[in-house]
Amino acid sequence: MKDNALSNILNQHDSKEQIDGQLYTLNLGPTHPATHGIFQNVLTMDGERILHAEQTVGYIHRAFEKISERRNFTQITTLTDRMNYCSAPINNIGWHLTVEKLLGCEIPKRVDYMRVIMMELARISDHLICNGVIAMDAGAITGLTYLFQEREKIYEMYEEVCGARLTTNMGRIGGFERDFSPKFHELLKTFLKKFPVVWQDFCSLNERNRIFMDRTINAGPISAERALSYGFTGPNLRATGVDYDVRVAQPYCSYEDFDFIIPVGTSGDTYDRFMVRQQEVWESLKIIEQAYTNLPEGPFHADLPEFYLPEKADVYNNMEALIYHFKIVMAETEVPKGEVYSCVEGGNGELGFYLVSDGGRTPYRLHFRRPCFIYYQAYPEMIQGSLISDAIVTLCSMNVIAGELDA
Amino acid sequence: MTNEFVLEAITREFPESVLSHDTPYDFLTLEIKKEDIKKVIHHLKDSSLQINFLTDICGIHYPETPEKEIGVIYHLHNMMTNFRIRLKTFMTRENAEVDSMTDLYAGANWMERETFDFYGIKFKGHPDLRVILNMEDLGYHPMLKEYRLEDGTRTDKDDKMFGR
Repeated sequence: MKDNALSNILNQHDSKEQIDGQLYTLNLGPTHPATHGIFQNVLTMDGERILHAEQTVGYIHRAFEKISERRNFTQITTLTDRMNYCSAPINNIGWHLTVEKLLGCEIPKRVDYMRVIMMELARISDHLICNGVIAMDAGAITGLTYLFQEREKIYEMYEEVCGARLTTNMGRIGGFERDFSPKFHELLKTFLKKFPVVWQDFCSLNERNRIFMDRTINAGPISAERALSYGFTGPNLRATGVDYDVRVAQPYCSYEDFDFIIPVGTSGDTYDRFMVRQQEVWESLKIIEQAYTNLPEGPFHADLPEFYLPEKADVYNNMEALIYHFKIVMAETEVPKGEVYSCVEGGNGELGFYLVSDGGRTPYRLHFRRPCFIYYQAYPEMIQGSLISDAIVTLCSMNVIAGELDA
Repeated sequence: MTNEFVLEAITREFPESVLSHDTPYDFLTLEIKKEDIKKVIHHLKDSSLQINFLTDICGIHYPETPEKEIGVIYHLHNMMTNFRIRLKTFMTRENAEVDSMTDLYAGANWMERETFDFYGIKFKGHPDLRVILNMEDLGYHPMLKEYRLEDGTRTDKDDKMFGR
């Protein structure tokens, strides 16, 4: 359909010179309210229609892969939570799972369930922002301000678990720093009770809203075939009709214990991407309910003394604990030689970690497979021939987070 | 699909191309001759193996082994059976050039640009091989092991006691 739109525009002009005379260049970004991050688009426009787009990225490149080569394994968590900062716990736990895979250690069931709860809360928070902003970019700011209050409640829970709200440094290699506090239980129970009402309100506000549907249906579509060729995963791929979800295809953290479905779309347009995320929030709530109801008793971290700081009392009274404490703090812990690829279903797709260890204290090579980096290169193709207002909602619906794009 | 089945299928089809194989952490990993890497990936995509999803491309640098100094690592995936495979190809620093996968996978474009940016590996047939995350006039490829993270000439900081 968009190819037709483009050829119609080109057919309206007699010659290339005539087109050149009418075209103009528009810089969308690097810092623009509609780009929701620092990336630039140089658009060639014919009136309000986009003929060509060229993106530039790298504005916030922070060399995380290079920095990782000089940091020990526990210190890398502070880098990963700064990638997709809308769902930082997923990144952190994804990294911990990678190291645990390399170590070949066994993780207690309670840790798995606690991780599932945190990751699904993070997914909800990610989708709240993305869908709220899609609605805002389509002209309805109410939903976003409404949802921000709910995200705040999720952040309060993060704060209870790890002390931070945005860059969460969630968990440790092998589990959590401490168990869920009584206040966390209260907050989670309240959230599970009240949030579905808010989410239902948001769904009613947009899902069948005529203006919203007109603005998003057929905006920025991509076919399943092209999406796969680009390497799409996550909600953006599922919106095209492919039911691939890492949580189901390759379960980690005991995801196989939970009953949930994978919502899929049909046409891969902005509306489908929006709807897939809407449905996923309901599924995430279902997963949290199940995990919380069946939260097993037991330790909240694995028996990994070389990576897990011992209790202070032990450090003072136990020689082994003192040695491990010293080794961890002085970054003298070594990991086995080997290479692993481990992935999790991030807020916006398959977030992969390729880790090569030479048996030292730091990774020899660490590469992040960042879903945003993959999506954004398809952007020109998705908006070619469309109106600039469609380009805005399309960009937003792809959930491209600059921190993850550039890493 | 099992590692053995896929390994056997590939070695039967390309007996000369597979230089070595391993399964670290149960992940089939093959080292492929640089000249044949495209042929193998094309075959994996179009054959009945249907390993047709390009998950990732990245580079690696082993300065200690000059004949295999620079490597490119491909992660491929069959989503139907959830089978993953890792292909590696190595080259010398002077001849860091490998075929581009952009005509097989649209997504290879930026992945290869990123690899070029960080390691200086040239991808033959890439339509637009420019650096992507670093600034264009940086003039070097920062992920190569010869560039230290911190300025090695700094004298105000002595951290040899701090485990680095």
